[in-house]
Amino acid sequence: MKDMLVQVEPLIPALRRYARALMRDRAAADDLVQDCLERAVSRWHQRRDGSVRAWLFTILHNLAVTQFRQATARGRHMPIDDAGEQELVSAAAQEQRLIYRDVLNKLARLPEEQRAVLLLVAVEDLSYADAAKVLGVPVGTVMSRLSRARERLQQEMDGAGPGNVVALRSLK
Amino acid sequence: MSQRPITEDDLNAYVDQALEPERRAQVASYLDEHPDVASRVAAFANQREQLRGALASIADEPLPVELNLSHIIEARKRRPLRAWGAIAALLLLGIGGLGGWTMRSVLQDSSSGLSALAQEAAYTYGVYAPDRVRPVEIRASDSAEFTKWVSNRLKQPVKVPDLSVAGYRLMGGRLVATSHGPAAMLMYDDDRGDRLVVLTRPMSGRNQDTPMMPQSTGDVAGFAWADGGLGYTLVGQLPTDTLRPIANEIRKQARPI
Repeated sequence: MKDMLVQVEPLIPALRRYARALMRDRAAADDLVQDCLERAVSRWHQRRDGSVRAWLFTILHNLAVTQFRQATARGRHMPIDDAGEQELVSAAAQEQRLIYRDVLNKLARLPEEQRAVLLLVAVEDLSYADAAKVLGVPVGTVMSRLSRARERLQQEMDGAGPGNVVALRSLK
Repeated sequence: MSQRPITEDDLNAYVDQALEPERRAQVASYLDEHPDVASRVAAFANQREQLRGALASIADEPLPVELNLSHIIEARKRRPLRAWGAIAALLLLGIGGLGGWTMRSVLQDSSSGLSALAQEAAYTYGVYAPDRVRPVEIRASDSAEFTKWVSNRLKQPVKVPDLSVAGYRLMGGRLVATSHGPAAMLMYDDDRGDRLVVLTRPMSGRNQDTPMMPQSTGDVAGFAWADGGLGYTLVGQLPTDTLRPIANEIRKQARPI
């Protein structure tokens, strides 16, 4: 259990970040992470060789997907524009905060599977192979979802319709 | 010098800084010559920065008390395992069995003999699936040795099904005692650590070929069937709909040719 503490504890902030970005609700996200950690503790000895990080994200992701399915079955929707995201950006300065808030709102419009892959790869720095493991799909599927996620998010950010993906904002 | 064409995957990997230096240089010089693609890639990189920035503060927050890992580990030590219920049930059955042979006749007379097999599998699951130390006696790496051994003991050729299509890997197996003689237990698990148990033993008399039937004992569910004199059962703590295709796969692989 000692090595578990050493290997898992430093990853908890990242797990919280992923859960909150998916759930967009602090309490729901932390419940999910707690559930994930309890499972990790009870299954630590069943873990195979390989990245502990990918293993933990796999547990967390599966829990999140189950939640989404249950919420859909009950006809509830995940909150999108509620107070949740104010907590997401509380530390940022006001102007930056608006930009951040905007990108998160746009991210929320992506299908769940695209959102997940973008968060795992672009924010959590998982390798494509690890992301494939977490999502339970081949690496090729990760790549195509990632590509679609980026195109789609860019369309949202440009306020453009489909088919106009090359028109982009300029960068500094 | 011919160079592999630049792919969409390369562009994504460029944004994610996941390319080898040599390939990265090739993509960079391609982007120099293709400003429209370059601006698309730059926009993706900008998305990445914005997402990271927007979410960074979450990882800096102090962890709430419920997410204190030491507490979670501590709490787990104090909580009895759920599977102990199943073990208690097994012990009770053991005492009942010693008390009289009535239970034995009930099991043997059950409609097809499959429910007895399924019950044995559920008890086997209850004892070995929660075991963190030595759930199996012979590991998957020695599966050839295992197959030879149990085939000898069961006096029937036993096959070890490959369940990788369903996402389950063989952990290994052991020989277990049932009221109908020795049985071979195989244990599998998936990436989430969910465990499945397959129990197989020879069937007596008229139960040698029996169609597959759903079975359940407590919170352990599964399927049982018999082909060519060998009875099989698959059990786990999963919904029946999840277990059914796995049972079909085992039956397909284990069926005598």
